[in-house]
Amino acid sequence: MSGLPGLYNYWIAVFLMMAGFYVVISQGNLVKKLVGLSLFQTSVFIFYISMGKVADGHAPILAEGVTVYSNPLPHVLILTAIVVGVATTAVGLALVVRINEAYGSVEEDEIQARDNAADKATGRSGGSGESPRT
Amino acid sequence: MDHLAVLVVIVPLMSAPVCVLLDRSRPAWLTSLVAAWFSFGAAVMLLLRVSAEGPLRYSLGGWEAPWGIEFRIDVLGGYVLLIVTAVAALVMVFARHSVEQEIPHDRIARFYAALLLVFAGLAGITVTGDAFNLFVFLEISSLASYAAISMGRDRRALSASFQYLVMGTIGATFILIGIGMLYMMTGTLNMIDLAARLPEVSDSRTVRAGFAFLTVGIGLKLALFPLHLWLPNAYAYAPSTVTAFLAATATKVAVYALLRFVLEIFGVEFSLHAMPLDRILVFLGLLGILSGSLVAVFQRDLKRMLAYSSVAQIGYMVLGIGLASVTGVTAAILHVFNHALMKGALFLALGAVAYRVGAVTLREFAGMGQRLPWTTAAIVLGGLSLIGVPPTAGFVSKWYLVLGTLEQGLWLVAMLVLFGSLLALIYVWKLVEAAYFKPPPANAAAVAEAPLSMLVPVWTLVAANIYFGLYTDVSVGLASRVAHDLVGGGG
Repeated sequence: MSGLPGLYNYWIAVFLMMAGFYVVISQGNLVKKLVGLSLFQTSVFIFYISMGKVADGHAPILAEGVTVYSNPLPHVLILTAIVVGVATTAVGLALVVRINEAYGSVEEDEIQARDNAADKATGRSGGSGESPRT
Repeated sequence: MDHLAVLVVIVPLMSAPVCVLLDRSRPAWLTSLVAAWFSFGAAVMLLLRVSAEGPLRYSLGGWEAPWGIEFRIDVLGGYVLLIVTAVAALVMVFARHSVEQEIPHDRIARFYAALLLVFAGLAGITVTGDAFNLFVFLEISSLASYAAISMGRDRRALSASFQYLVMGTIGATFILIGIGMLYMMTGTLNMIDLAARLPEVSDSRTVRAGFAFLTVGIGLKLALFPLHLWLPNAYAYAPSTVTAFLAATATKVAVYALLRFVLEIFGVEFSLHAMPLDRILVFLGLLGILSGSLVAVFQRDLKRMLAYSSVAQIGYMVLGIGLASVTGVTAAILHVFNHALMKGALFLALGAVAYRVGAVTLREFAGMGQRLPWTTAAIVLGGLSLIGVPPTAGFVSKWYLVLGTLEQGLWLVAMLVLFGSLLALIYVWKLVEAAYFKPPPANAAAVAEAPLSMLVPVWTLVAANIYFGLYTDVSVGLASRVAHDLVGGGG
């Protein structure tokens, strides 16, 4: 575990994480945002899994001649985190379906435009109190 | 009796699937009500026991602490648990009529299931003694709250919920990374073991990075000033019951998580002195107070107004923690309690108005003092507490906060805190002006006062606001005791 090449697993996790994060921020399409979010979460899984690996360690199963084991605890933890990630994606996609039913679009800017148009039509404003009343 | 520590979480958690299976609105409501009141009773007993006998430890499944997951309730945890369960119990009483009106009939049972899951997750965060378990409970409550928020009547509830989902997940993942880094350095997830082993390794970059990830992650859940963008929409478009429950509990539990990680696990020495978190928290807290209050002044939708005011109130709590003194932390913990009382009362009262009138903008609120006298009076009293007028609870926590700033000679900060209260006066005054000094709209239909099952929870909270403003022994006593434990006598 010395020098940059030895830590390449962390570099992979960091790269995936930033890529996912960038997709979440830059994409206007809600489904693409969720893809980015999943990538972001998955990078953390890889981070946890590679941190439990012990150099020359075997799977933690009792067997002849095996004395060095990888640490199974982070792997178990990440099983829970994977479940959480799946649930998040499921709830997110369910929301996207409902948004698509309600707005007829899954693009952030179109949804915003439709909300603004609805505001104008009803004379209601979610924003500042300066806008004129009808 | 020994199992109360786990039952307080298990009962609401298991009641949620029961609600789904019953799939009828009235039985589901009854189940939720019983579960919430049971947890409330358990929380009272736990807090009494913990404050008399010291921390309570409960090993899940009989596995001892460093190996198994441990529930550990101390005075801080018990205190926040009491807030969460008390608010849940009152909200469930309120919920029946409000939910029947706001949620489509065939979804009511599932709505209660989501609400119970939020509740179970929040209660779990306060009792757990295991860092990873805290993440799991956090995600249980967050995922359920995305679903609950999305059930609001306005279609904007959906996009608000999606926005919260994205930001909340990023926050939770940051917390996960932070916990992972702590585990790398210490090899433990138990909070007490972490606190014991961290000082030896705290001079490493991994621990510092973990600290940063945890703080930002909790900051997102907390709606700390620049990370608060999800909050106003989520609160404004969620069903009234959900808004009241989340506003009074979710951010409070995040403050609890911040106190737990920053002050107990990392320790005051590391997080507030070695790392510059104290100055950052004071700065962001002040920005939150000023910007939140300022934006609240210009809102016309009352739920949004109170949501921005929540951002400001969170600023007060964070500012108190940033002061890093016993008085400051006392003020923060006290404000957690008092803010739950006032925002609970205000959002529930708005829910009652919405039940009778529909939308709650300033325009609809004109003449409300004549139309719904009891509900409006409750809103005014809650608003006074928000400003911090004596003899309300809000005054007590602001008093301690100003004392804390003056102790350290931070005159400018004290002035700005008071200025924030002035801004609160403006937005509360706009409400009072509309309610009492404007005639009701000409076409306003005569409405009856809200049903008793709504008024009773509202007025219970209002009465608590005044009671805890006059008799501060219990609330201040517990808060200062916790602050002494966390910061240490010298402070």
